[in-house]
Amino acid sequence: MAMAGEKGRGRWFVIAVPYLWLLALFLAPFLIVFKISLSQDVVAQPPYAPILDLSQGWAGFTEFLSGLSFANYGYVLDFSNEFLEAYGSSLVIASISTVLLLLAGYPIAYAMARAPRSIQPTLLMLVILPFWTSFLIRVYAWIGILSQEGLLNQGLRALGIIDQPLEILNTNLAVYIGIVYSYLPFMVLPLYAALEKLDLTLLEAAADLGCPPAKAFWTITFPLSLPGVAAGALLCFIPAVGEFVIPDLLGGSDTLMIGKSLWTEFTVNRSWTVSSAVAVLLLLVLVIPIVIYQNIQQRELEAGK
Amino acid sequence: MKKGLTWFNITSIVLGFAFLYIPILLLVIYSFNDSRLVTVWGGFSTRWYWSLLQNEQLMDAAWVTVRIAFFSSLVATVLGTMAALTLTRYGRFPGRTLFSGMIYAPLVMPEVITGLSLLLLFVAVNFDRGFWTVLLAHITFTMCFVAVVVQSRLVTFDRALEEAALDLGCPPFKTFFKITLPLILPAVVSGFMLAFTLSLDDLVIASFTTGPGATTLPMRIYSQVRLGVTPEINAVCSILIAIVTVVVIIASVMTKRAENIRQAEERAAMQ
Repeated sequence: MAMAGEKGRGRWFVIAVPYLWLLALFLAPFLIVFKISLSQDVVAQPPYAPILDLSQGWAGFTEFLSGLSFANYGYVLDFSNEFLEAYGSSLVIASISTVLLLLAGYPIAYAMARAPRSIQPTLLMLVILPFWTSFLIRVYAWIGILSQEGLLNQGLRALGIIDQPLEILNTNLAVYIGIVYSYLPFMVLPLYAALEKLDLTLLEAAADLGCPPAKAFWTITFPLSLPGVAAGALLCFIPAVGEFVIPDLLGGSDTLMIGKSLWTEFTVNRSWTVSSAVAVLLLLVLVIPIVIYQNIQQRELEAGK
Repeated sequence: MKKGLTWFNITSIVLGFAFLYIPILLLVIYSFNDSRLVTVWGGFSTRWYWSLLQNEQLMDAAWVTVRIAFFSSLVATVLGTMAALTLTRYGRFPGRTLFSGMIYAPLVMPEVITGLSLLLLFVAVNFDRGFWTVLLAHITFTMCFVAVVVQSRLVTFDRALEEAALDLGCPPFKTFFKITLPLILPAVVSGFMLAFTLSLDDLVIASFTTGPGATTLPMRIYSQVRLGVTPEINAVCSILIAIVTVVVIIASVMTKRAENIRQAEERAAMQ
């Protein structure tokens, strides 16, 4: 820490600009969402009440406070409104998808880490490339594959494996396929980063001492890759819980996911206050995994120094 | 573990990459399908690409999207690089934990939450929604991705050169532009590209924060996709895939070359 610029005005400028930007456009919006979740819908512009009117001084403030209520939370938490079911099913879908992603991603990352050094950058590039191409396009590509007359059903019929077309599109199975497909690079990259750092002499020592490869994997390789497993799992699980595009395009009408419910509440029912309450509760569900994820990132940063 | 691949490893890689690439390949192949029925092959044709050019709505949306992506990723690159410097160089300062939290949280935050909260902010401050609000929203979420990419380069960075410049009396500001920036440039460029493609790609946040006259390409594609798969959409998607692929490959070749030159120069300087 010897850089002269670390003290003085330049330093504060570099800190302050992104800091203030994020305070204004990331943190402040959450406070507004929280406030609106305590408001009521009205037919006006903006379509919620009460509105804080500071021109009336203290009286305006107390009037504003007395106008707030938890009614929207009561509505969202009411069993008959399907929101609770949507939170539950989102968590289930995201958890199962994360397990599937680990099962699919681990062998790929492991093989990449064992590949000759010279081709590793190319393999890495090939994993990242689909991630750069549009998410929407990649989800869309599956519609043509999974539909009733889609390419998968055509192929299976041509091979004589099935007589009747399989119903995959518009079911939860399609949602799982979509999530695993779209999030696979997010799982493979942290796993590869962890496996690539693995000290191979540990495994040689184990082999010399007569440890069978499978046992060496479970006692050495896997435990050492756990930070990568945790980072990959959280990187997939958290956004998957709030996923909207995949359940909307690939899922059926009975696929309940909270991101889709929030979108519908906002665009179809046009209730800003209820959507805000849904968002606040979703954030509460996700706050623990998000904090764990941040701690992992922070530790990586400290370790890199 | 011996270095070298077993059959199991090779199968994993082959199946994994097949899974990643076959859907995209099929999409591109079927964009050249003459038949309007997307799943029936009716012969090779480029007619959907020509009909795209006449689709003014799509072309307008594409232009809006490219402008937003370009300007938002420029600003996001500057802000993200500053944030990365803050995280790696400036040690402890009051509110550092909150700051790093605000950098990492948007990476995993569900888009519906980010979109809704930004929309409500713009409404609360009475900001007319449209081009500018989408731009601000995109800067905000993409700068965090830039920060992470640049930060990962800064932590593995040899600070001796910077310190030498400072010891010789070079002002910090000049040191940054003469020494630090050229060394971290590949990471800054990939941060910019990541921000650009994320912005190009975003449907949810743009849908929440947009207003009249600022319909982006993903929003157009989405509204058409909901009505079913069409060869025209396959064609748009193929063009986007081609652009992104070419840009990513060129950029990675360029950064690789820059890296090689830099390493050669460093070795030469050591001698």
